[in-house]
Amino acid sequence: MKLTFALIGNQNCGKTTLFNQLTGSNQHVGNFPGVTVDKKEGPIRKHPDATVVDLPGIYSLSPYTTEEVVTSDFLIRDKPDAIINILDATNIERNLYLTLQLMELRMPMVLAFNMMDEVRASGVSIDIPTLSERMGVPIVPISASKNEGVDELVSRAIEVAEKKIRPGTMDFCVGEVHRAIHSIAHIVEDHAQERDIPVRYAATKLVEGDPAMTRTLGISEREIDIIGHIVDDLEKNLHTDREAALADMRYDAIQRLTADTVKKPTAAQEESRSVRMDRILTHKVWAIPIFLGIMLLVFWLTFGVVGKVLSDLLSWGIGEITDLVDGLLTRAQVNLGLHSLVIDGVFAGVGSVLSFLPTIVVLFFFLSMLEDSGYMARVAFIMDKLLRKIGLSGRSFVPMLIGLGCSVPAIMATRTLSSERDRKMTMLLIPFMSCSAKLPIYAVFTAAFFPEYGALVMMALYVMGMVLAVVMGLLLKNSLFKGNPVPFVLELPAYRFPSFKSVMLHMWDKAKDFLQRAFTIIFYATIIIWVLQNFDIRGNMVIDSAESILAAIGAWIAPVFAPLGFGSWQCATALISGLTAKEAVVSTMAVLLGAQSPELLGPMLTEFFTPLTAFSFLTFTLLYTPCVAALAALRREMGKVSQVIMVTVGQIGIAWVAAFAVYQVGRLFVG
Amino acid sequence: MTLDQLKVSQSGTIKAVGGQGALRRRLLDMGLTPGTKIMVRKVAPLGDPIELYLRGYELTLRQEDARQIELWEAEP
Repeated sequence: MKLTFALIGNQNCGKTTLFNQLTGSNQHVGNFPGVTVDKKEGPIRKHPDATVVDLPGIYSLSPYTTEEVVTSDFLIRDKPDAIINILDATNIERNLYLTLQLMELRMPMVLAFNMMDEVRASGVSIDIPTLSERMGVPIVPISASKNEGVDELVSRAIEVAEKKIRPGTMDFCVGEVHRAIHSIAHIVEDHAQERDIPVRYAATKLVEGDPAMTRTLGISEREIDIIGHIVDDLEKNLHTDREAALADMRYDAIQRLTADTVKKPTAAQEESRSVRMDRILTHKVWAIPIFLGIMLLVFWLTFGVVGKVLSDLLSWGIGEITDLVDGLLTRAQVNLGLHSLVIDGVFAGVGSVLSFLPTIVVLFFFLSMLEDSGYMARVAFIMDKLLRKIGLSGRSFVPMLIGLGCSVPAIMATRTLSSERDRKMTMLLIPFMSCSAKLPIYAVFTAAFFPEYGALVMMALYVMGMVLAVVMGLLLKNSLFKGNPVPFVLELPAYRFPSFKSVMLHMWDKAKDFLQRAFTIIFYATIIIWVLQNFDIRGNMVIDSAESILAAIGAWIAPVFAPLGFGSWQCATALISGLTAKEAVVSTMAVLLGAQSPELLGPMLTEFFTPLTAFSFLTFTLLYTPCVAALAALRREMGKVSQVIMVTVGQIGIAWVAAFAVYQVGRLFVG
Repeated sequence: MTLDQLKVSQSGTIKAVGGQGALRRRLLDMGLTPGTKIMVRKVAPLGDPIELYLRGYELTLRQEDARQIELWEAEP
């Protein structure tokens, strides 16, 4: 029999670690329909017929966030055979809050009390048999990071699923709320059963005032009225409102459940390790320098040391293979066009894309360390104030910062943001962070035109990008993303040592994801550019690139750039080829101007640009569409091609307007 | 008084949770229900948000949101 399990739990409770233990590396990552919320699933090891679906980390089944709605919908519609609810046992009260809501679904369920090793070490004792009996749900103590109790958990989960053992009918509500829920349950019973929705769950949702549930159940006006009266009575008698009444009821029930089953040592409360670590890491004065220091170290290691060594190694390997194939093709006297396609198109294209890979792998190694250790939540705490004005929270800070290195991993890193709105908005702002691939362009131009003020000009470009990101953020906040941001009510989890396995799997995941794209979208894009560069309109191969289709397109669109001060076809062509990778702007320029090497390009540029038009050109380069790899990452994270096209067009528009402003305003001064 | 008025390392007991919609529900879900004891652990380096300690765990929220939470009294 095929079985499907839903894995549910709070954020930071070790859910991903457990999922990795359950499935090993055999995972499939996709999206829930219509939203950019990760849906990971995979067969449970040694149980090929059992699939486990990793649902988003949530604290409640409220109807307010995409993640919560996706979870409820999945449970109600897809009807997994059982729920595996994982809890952080060191923080049992708050974790049980979600459990009580899940129990209302009356689906077969098993609880995994995670981090039991830590619980024992801290001197806390949990009477699991009594708790399990009271709740009517099997509880398995585990330690996901040490892979303890996981086999037991799997066999219990399979048992409840096969025998359809539903949670006992523990009635954790008392008094007024009890009365309200039961009266409403009575009213909607038929509606709910007809639609295959658990009655108790439906009734609770109605007490909470979830409009979606009212619609789904299709209850009549009269019934809505009666329910309204019941809730009014409840609110009047309890002197509170419906949502508070229910939250209160659940926490009350948890209190009763845990009062005598969870025993904490009464000895002088020793400050937890996390609080002691936070004394330094979120210190009033040292927090920000430490954070910047950590990020600098990560950047230096990624782009400077490890990433560079790996990149060099990789490009050496690719170079060797290219030479080998080149030699073979020459000896076999293969058709010149085909030869060029293989060497200049496929090998050069894929090679340049693959050079991203080491950076991505190394960066995500550090990022998952920071995330899994609990430090990322502290960054949000430290940096929140800076990003709040543009409608984001501190959580977006790290992805934006990574954007200064490379947009591709930065866009991929938005996955860790807990709200869909923040994710999309951050993705839109990342390209404004000038990525390191643009540095060679800046370097060549500043050396040629602003030899004395090179640093200043580069700084101006970086700052311009950031200022525009702020402006865009404000615009987006008041237009596309007008809706309320997800509240910044964030748990600061205890610091934990990241699990090696999780970090490795995360890296592997990102690498795989990137490679898949590298060999599909990015691959095709480089081939197309190659064709455009090497053929003329009649389909003949060209020797002089000035006769290529690309040059023709460049000449055709060049007038568009005339108001920006650089209307030559060479500029337009260089900008187009910059789509494959930003470094290509310089190399194409060199080829088109006939420079033997990029070093010789500088003096030739002075005939083409004035300092003002050079700065206008740099402005455009800074802001226009990022490379194909970044677009592919956007497409992957946003889900819709149409949105990516809109983003692309938008960015070109912004770049044009900004460069136009620079040139036209500058002309007033320079004359 | 409201939660944002508590000083670092002061505690209070929640009297009522104001606000509405997603924010209010989130506060309740995270365990900020009436009667809960809550302590201000720290203020972020830039002056906002604040770090709280309640129900055995650490939570951070913004001053403006903390203003929605009414307390009974401050305890030293």
